Amino acid sequence: MAQEINEDLLRNIIRDVIAETQQVDKPISFSESTATATAEVPHETKPGAEAERPVDWFKHVGVAKQGYSRDEVVIAVAPAFAEVLDHNLTGISHKEILRQVIAGIEEEGLKARVIKVYRTSDVSFCGSEGDHLSGSGIAIAIQSKGTTIIHQKDQEPLSNLELFPQAPVLDGDTYRAIGKNAAQYAKGMSPSPVPTVNDQMARVQYQALSALMHIKETKQVVVGKPAEEIEVNFN
Amino acid sequence: MMGPNDPKPSIKIENGKVTEMDQKPAKDFDLIDLYIAKYGIKLENAEKVMAMDSTKIANMLCDPNVGRDDIIALTTAMTPAKAEEVISKLNFAEMIMATQKMRPRRTPATQCHVTNIRDNPVQIAADAADAALRGFPEQETTTAVARYAPLNAISLLVGAQTGRPGVISQCSVEEAAELNLGMRGFTGYAETISVYGTDKVFTDGDDTPWSKGFLASCYASRGLKMRFTSGSGSEVMMGYTEGKSMLYLESRCIFITKASGVQGLQNGGVSCIGIPGSVPGGIRSVLGENLLCMMLDLECASANDQAFSHSDMRRTERLLGQFIAGTDYISSGYSSTPNYDNTFAGSNTDGLDYDDYYVMERDLAINGGIHPVTEDAIIKVRNKAAKALQAVFEDLGLPKITDEEVEAATYANTSKDMPDRNMVEDMKAAQDLMDRGITAVDVVKALYNHGFKDVAQAVLDLQKQKVCGDFLQTSAIFDENWNVISAVNDANDYRGPGTGYRLEEDTDEWERIKNIPFAIDPQHMQL
Repeated sequence: MAQEINEDLLRNIIRDVIAETQQVDKPISFSESTATATAEVPHETKPGAEAERPVDWFKHVGVAKQGYSRDEVVIAVAPAFAEVLDHNLTGISHKEILRQVIAGIEEEGLKARVIKVYRTSDVSFCGSEGDHLSGSGIAIAIQSKGTTIIHQKDQEPLSNLELFPQAPVLDGDTYRAIGKNAAQYAKGMSPSPVPTVNDQMARVQYQALSALMHIKETKQVVVGKPAEEIEVNFN
Repeated sequence: MMGPNDPKPSIKIENGKVTEMDQKPAKDFDLIDLYIAKYGIKLENAEKVMAMDSTKIANMLCDPNVGRDDIIALTTAMTPAKAEEVISKLNFAEMIMATQKMRPRRTPATQCHVTNIRDNPVQIAADAADAALRGFPEQETTTAVARYAPLNAISLLVGAQTGRPGVISQCSVEEAAELNLGMRGFTGYAETISVYGTDKVFTDGDDTPWSKGFLASCYASRGLKMRFTSGSGSEVMMGYTEGKSMLYLESRCIFITKASGVQGLQNGGVSCIGIPGSVPGGIRSVLGENLLCMMLDLECASANDQAFSHSDMRRTERLLGQFIAGTDYISSGYSSTPNYDNTFAGSNTDGLDYDDYYVMERDLAINGGIHPVTEDAIIKVRNKAAKALQAVFEDLGLPKITDEEVEAATYANTSKDMPDRNMVEDMKAAQDLMDRGITAVDVVKALYNHGFKDVAQAVLDLQKQKVCGDFLQTSAIFDENWNVISAVNDANDYRGPGTGYRLEEDTDEWERIKNIPFAIDPQHMQL
């Protein structure tokens, strides 16, 4: 109990420190007009980016912090998740996806921590950003279209523990199994990979739609913006 | 083709340096422009060629009286926008004519995928031997689970060399891991080194044209063949197109490849084929990008490697241009297994299409790169490959391959027919094998120790070829005696009827293609 209080206190302090440094630090911009642009617009948003629609179950609670508890798995969602797009390629709601993944993690007795990534829409690099913030070094990254990866801190960004490249074959049970496996990796176990389902016609049916969703997600990328901590509430 | 935002072709050269390319002054060059302007264009002729009428160059491309060499001299002195403009003048039939002449290697070929969704190594070995016997000179595998990579690479190597010595194999995984497998001798070439048409897509993947060029030279330094991969639609799929047409962006990719000194490219939509396939004229443009690759004197592995349509007619339509014209690799991934097991997410043609494909070759008298085989020969070679891999696993201390698995792999159609393996144990063993520093030499020893001397010799011969490096020449493959067949010693000399590759003159192959096992001799028909 005492430990938890201390951890909260510590987190608050870190949050404050990070918040302060944010004000002091100037983000690095590669565009030529640094002097004028950075003052008002701290991070470069893309033309065509939409404003995020606040969702009651998906609350931003500040910049994502470095985790230190070894029993957590970070779930890193991509920039359009929940607030610009709200369901994956096959129509499973983002809320349901997160509910299943988190349930999978909790079934193994571990904690899930959700963050939203802004720097990239690439699933591998989302995973890489997530696992560096994860106390266990394990992260699951999920794009809005549903593509998912389990990633570990010491891996190359484009490598993975398990990759689920075909979003259309993922259902609620698969998302739950992904959460469960990620939690087992976090515990230092070697689970059997979630069985690969292959639908050779998934591309044929979904590739154009997938491109449209990914273009939308990529427009939400904000260069240099750190990930944000998300509080989810399924009640 | 020719999108409204694509730049108009132009070049300005001062003191041997490009100061303007495709309407952009040098000070506004992005990374890709800079790279191409510096390394990708032969400047001596450039101003002259850029002033030529694009329709005239397009005409020369499909005119059999103009030789390939004369055209290469022009096309390698162009800018990306000019090359796009030339391609856009050709209709589909003209592109087929031009491709027939412009492919670097005289003899066409094709490549296959060998995968299964359980990453079952015994099945990979049997399927690889099966595909080798059918005539695929190059084979590609990948993983369902990334950590299986070393086992898949070894299984493919052993299976392919059992099927036919001289086949080269690759394992498509994360770039550092893939290079590592090559340096250990588990693979003979690499292909999935992707390049893109906009800076943003490059940097999003932590890359630049220079880093890809560096990776290419790593392969060359170890005597490993390699080519880049690009394809229409990839920039769309990754969200950064800069509003340019797919063909213009692809043209930039092809020039990056040329600029890197890489011998070849896999292109033609590839895994993004659904994007060009969904717009008018898209499949014509895809053949156009293959042709553009050949125009720059590069080996072209012309895609047809990904599930494209539910319609059998449209699948055939997709294949038609490259199949009729013949390319270095008509498909850069004919799924040798049923698509159920294809972990590249399905190919345009699969193991269940073999018979139809053979008949297409026979009907049109076209060498599509593979030929029919007898059931006896296939069963024998599948069994031998499975046994050879069993021996290698035993010798290298990898998890046991049972006799039951060997038997199952001999007759398996898909991984559903295979007994389950303990995947966790396999993956641990794969990591351990890498940690122990096992190389292809250990595989050779293992094969030799268990009496598979011919397979051991073939795996060793592949390593020797990396030392002499002749197969780093453009469009190189091996025959069964490890003779290189490339654009150097088998240069495409097509100059119209009576010239170039003729299947009827390649009598052995024509006999094999004619000899489909299910043909009925009229003399044996009951009337």
